[in-house]
Amino acid sequence: MREKSWLRDYGLILLTGAAVGIAALVLTAAGNPKNMGFCIACFLRDIAGAAGMHSAAAVQYVRPEIIGIVLGAMAAALAAKEFRAKAGSSPACRFLIGAFVMIGALAFLGCPLRMVIRLGGGDLTAVAGLVGFIAGILIGVVCLRRGFSLGRAYPVRSGEGTVLPGIMVLLLILLLAAPGLLKFSESGPGSMRAFWCVSLAGGLVVGVLAQRSRLCMAGGMRDAVMLRDFRLLSGFLAIWVTVTIGNLIQGSYDLSALSQPVAHSQYLWSALGMALVGWGSILLGGCPLRQLILAGEGNGDSALTVLGMIVGAAFAHNFGLAGAADSVAEDGTYVVGGIGAAGMTAVVLGFAVLLVITLTHLPKKEEN
Amino acid sequence: MVDTRGYICPTPVLMVQKALKDGPASLEVLCDARAAVENITRFARSQGYQISEAPEGPDYRLTLTK
Repeated sequence: MREKSWLRDYGLILLTGAAVGIAALVLTAAGNPKNMGFCIACFLRDIAGAAGMHSAAAVQYVRPEIIGIVLGAMAAALAAKEFRAKAGSSPACRFLIGAFVMIGALAFLGCPLRMVIRLGGGDLTAVAGLVGFIAGILIGVVCLRRGFSLGRAYPVRSGEGTVLPGIMVLLLILLLAAPGLLKFSESGPGSMRAFWCVSLAGGLVVGVLAQRSRLCMAGGMRDAVMLRDFRLLSGFLAIWVTVTIGNLIQGSYDLSALSQPVAHSQYLWSALGMALVGWGSILLGGCPLRQLILAGEGNGDSALTVLGMIVGAAFAHNFGLAGAADSVAEDGTYVVGGIGAAGMTAVVLGFAVLLVITLTHLPKKEEN
Repeated sequence: MVDTRGYICPTPVLMVQKALKDGPASLEVLCDARAAVENITRFARSQGYQISEAPEGPDYRLTLTK
């Protein structure tokens, strides 16, 4: 009986974590950047670039993984009769938080999912991101304990719930039928890509499983601390373990803090960037991956959050806020990358914005 | 009655957690998302409650009893 209950609670989430890890490994082997088989922040940033919203030539491509995740989640939600169009829970605040979550993620160079994938590749610079991410989640937990809420969403017409899936279908059509209208990187991470069918299939699998299992990279730590519920955290750990094992088998595990793929060793700002992501994700009710899934389920607020993330990515590259990877100069000198003064200012501004949003969405005294 | 409709997790579970603070013999909960139903069910079970679920229009009504 106890075994059956354990399987019911943990079976699907562990399977999802393993599937996400395998998808990341397969996509990397098929051409995606190393330690970046799947990165929601990086791939939304690439989509922003492909649409001409920023002009960073190295990071422009319509990533079919994102399309697959949203459409996979929508298909799973429709099949399970869980597709519900709703909206109205502080949409403008969610847009803003989404934008700063993206700015934090691009300061670190990855969303929480890529952070785990980097850790699974032996990238020790990602440990700083993990520390910051946990700290940010704990700040968010304090906010929730004090009653923070962005408010209730309400049922809306079905069309509202299909906005982001519709945009994804449009992007897929453009990618396949009119790629000339889009900008695609010829060098750099944006040029490293698996064949679109493989990417789309990987996204669909992850979208379906993440919708069914409710996988969330921020929710795991939150639920463990607040509710002693370790289900989501087990999915987070399953991705880490799967990617680690996969890299060890392939001989691509490199336990080091130097010259890691698309990563920098500016530890303080990696930690602060991911703290912004962790706090923002808790305020939003889920990490960037979870926002895609919720948008696929018909949540218009999450759709707006995703659009906020895309705009945040455009700002990050138009105003030089995003991190640069460590590199080796021609004379062999190791050059530490990271963010500059503008990026640091944006991350600090992000904390200020989250603080204001938190303070203005706490219950009034008589509501306690 | 705790009406969790329209809230994204973990808020529904936190609302139930608050309502169960004084250990009531039973509690009715309204949900509009399966994720909330699953999370509340798991939490209530861990607190020693039995849960029954019934449809309520497009939503779900949970009855938690000791």
